[in-house]
Amino acid sequence: MATASYETIEKNPSYQELVRKRSSFGWSLSAAMLVIYFGFILLVGYAPKVLGIPLGTGVMTVGIPVGLLVIISAFVLTGVYVARANAEYDVLVRKIVEDAK
Amino acid sequence: MKTASIFRAGAAGLLVALSSTLAHAAGAIDGGSKQELNIAAIGMFLAFVLLTLGITYWAAKQTRSAAQFYTAGGGITGFQNGLAIAGDYMSAASFLGISGLVYLSGYDGLIYSVGWLVGWPIVTFLIAEQLRNLGKFTFADVASFRFAQTPIRVLAACGTLVTVAFYLIAQMVGAGKLIQLLFGLDYWMAVLVVGGLMIVYVTFGGMVATTWVQIIKACLLLAGASFMAMMVLAKFGFNPEALFSKAVEVHPKKIAIMEPGSLISNPLSAISLGLALMFGTAGLPHILMRFFTVSDAKAARKSVFVATGFIGYFYILTFIIGFGAITLVSTNPEFLEAGKTGLAAIKGGSNMAAIHLANAVGGNVFLGFISAVAFATILAVVSGLTLAGASAISHDLYATVIKEGAANEQDEIRISKISTVFLGILAVILGIVFENQNVAFMVGLAFAIAASCNFPVLVMSIFWKGMTTRGAVIGGFLGLISALVGVVLSPGVWEAAIGNPKGSAPFPYDNPALFSMALAFGGIWLFSTLDNSKRAAQDRAGFPAQFVRSQTGIGAVGAASH
Repeated sequence: MATASYETIEKNPSYQELVRKRSSFGWSLSAAMLVIYFGFILLVGYAPKVLGIPLGTGVMTVGIPVGLLVIISAFVLTGVYVARANAEYDVLVRKIVEDAK
Repeated sequence: MKTASIFRAGAAGLLVALSSTLAHAAGAIDGGSKQELNIAAIGMFLAFVLLTLGITYWAAKQTRSAAQFYTAGGGITGFQNGLAIAGDYMSAASFLGISGLVYLSGYDGLIYSVGWLVGWPIVTFLIAEQLRNLGKFTFADVASFRFAQTPIRVLAACGTLVTVAFYLIAQMVGAGKLIQLLFGLDYWMAVLVVGGLMIVYVTFGGMVATTWVQIIKACLLLAGASFMAMMVLAKFGFNPEALFSKAVEVHPKKIAIMEPGSLISNPLSAISLGLALMFGTAGLPHILMRFFTVSDAKAARKSVFVATGFIGYFYILTFIIGFGAITLVSTNPEFLEAGKTGLAAIKGGSNMAAIHLANAVGGNVFLGFISAVAFATILAVVSGLTLAGASAISHDLYATVIKEGAANEQDEIRISKISTVFLGILAVILGIVFENQNVAFMVGLAFAIAASCNFPVLVMSIFWKGMTTRGAVIGGFLGLISALVGVVLSPGVWEAAIGNPKGSAPFPYDNPALFSMALAFGGIWLFSTLDNSKRAAQDRAGFPAQFVRSQTGIGAVGAASH
């Protein structure tokens, strides 16, 4: 199968759209994950007592739901990326591959 | 057919060895050993071994080519691969180690869980699809894509082998302790059984067997851990508050177990550990290798999503299990050393918290099930690790560096099988040397090295046009060596393992990632920028073609026919 050279593919508007969208979305989500996680780690490092503040009258502390939320956010962010990649990026990739034939 | 007959002989020999060790165990009991023989556990463990040996036999028959051996021919589906990745990740170190950490210090265990999980989204967003589009068998295929092969392959192989060695130690220690407790075997003998079985799985079944062992074990472990967490919650009327207040009441640290505590001694230490856990995930060779077992980028993406879900769920379970152990294990003299009381008196050490809890909530048969699953977990994970290590030796060092890409495929497979045996023996020796280390902590060290060598080189090679061979090699080795030195001079190794007096460690942090990652990235940047060689121009000129392929998959290695 003869395929177009990378220079030709680079000029394809669909390719440029794919790279632009995927890069900005991927790096933004990475930044979001980093902010959430290092927010948590900085709390652990600099203000562990904040995570120890009681939640209500019992022994439950703020730290428990915060930790769980970080875990859940990792799953949700991954899901958001996969959903968008399946809906948008794969369509673009298929188009680029077709054009390159 | 030759492979199959060798396999039969090997399996038969192994079963003989295994039954004689079991006879030894029985003898030890007769001789008045303190361990009781758990028939349910042995039965279930033997059933697992037989099933997985059957799978290995089946896999051995279809493992002919190098692609089959290293990556199951790219024929694993996204969902299956997700389960296998989760299986790789839900190691004995995370199951026994994290529940043990929660048992000892409460909230601190959750910090490890969170850190181990958050690397996954980053892998999905930035490297999973690119890896699948660029690579063939090992992550070095990607890292060396446009560079001079020999130096980058040597670097990647060093990074792989050091990471694999640390990770293997953690798994072997877990295995030894577990079997010691369960079968009354000597520690060294237990480690030997694991090493032997692992060598059989990998040499005969390659990636196909390793993947299926991983999938079966992931399902068993998820089912067992779910049941355990359910039973714990049921004892407290499904009210977490009741569970936590009982734990606070009986734990010697009292309310301090509900907040970050002594595990993290200072802020820099916390950040350094956080970096290692997060980016180490993206640099673990046995995990990266899993992305080559699926057919395309879409399946690679899906597999990380599936894995993230299962792993996140599993970590929430281990947290509940750890608290369950505080309330149900530390208060029950049956699970403590005779004549002692309190948390630290737990039989077999804190890593056994989950195992005793299984007995507490589900009786002897469930204890047998969880012990067998934990053992299966160790077997599966060490197999994946060893396969990654052996691939680095055979594919990166032998086929690409020594034979300069002209190796005969059958020779390459033979070298990787020999390497597997060698690594298996090494793992047994290291497992014995490091008997008394906390297993979760050892995995943390493996992550530091993965984050400081493998990850920087990989991510810069994918995204930074300016990287050159020289920059990658100098930066990568800076990261590797500084992480290694930092680890050796840290309190965990310098004081606890080598035996120097407390407070004498030259490097004050348990995890060097903050410094070693900075050195690696800084080194790659500086030495690439200063590099004006002819090779550097070639490296930079290769970037656009590599980038197009990483984005579109055009030219990527597809799934082999089955």
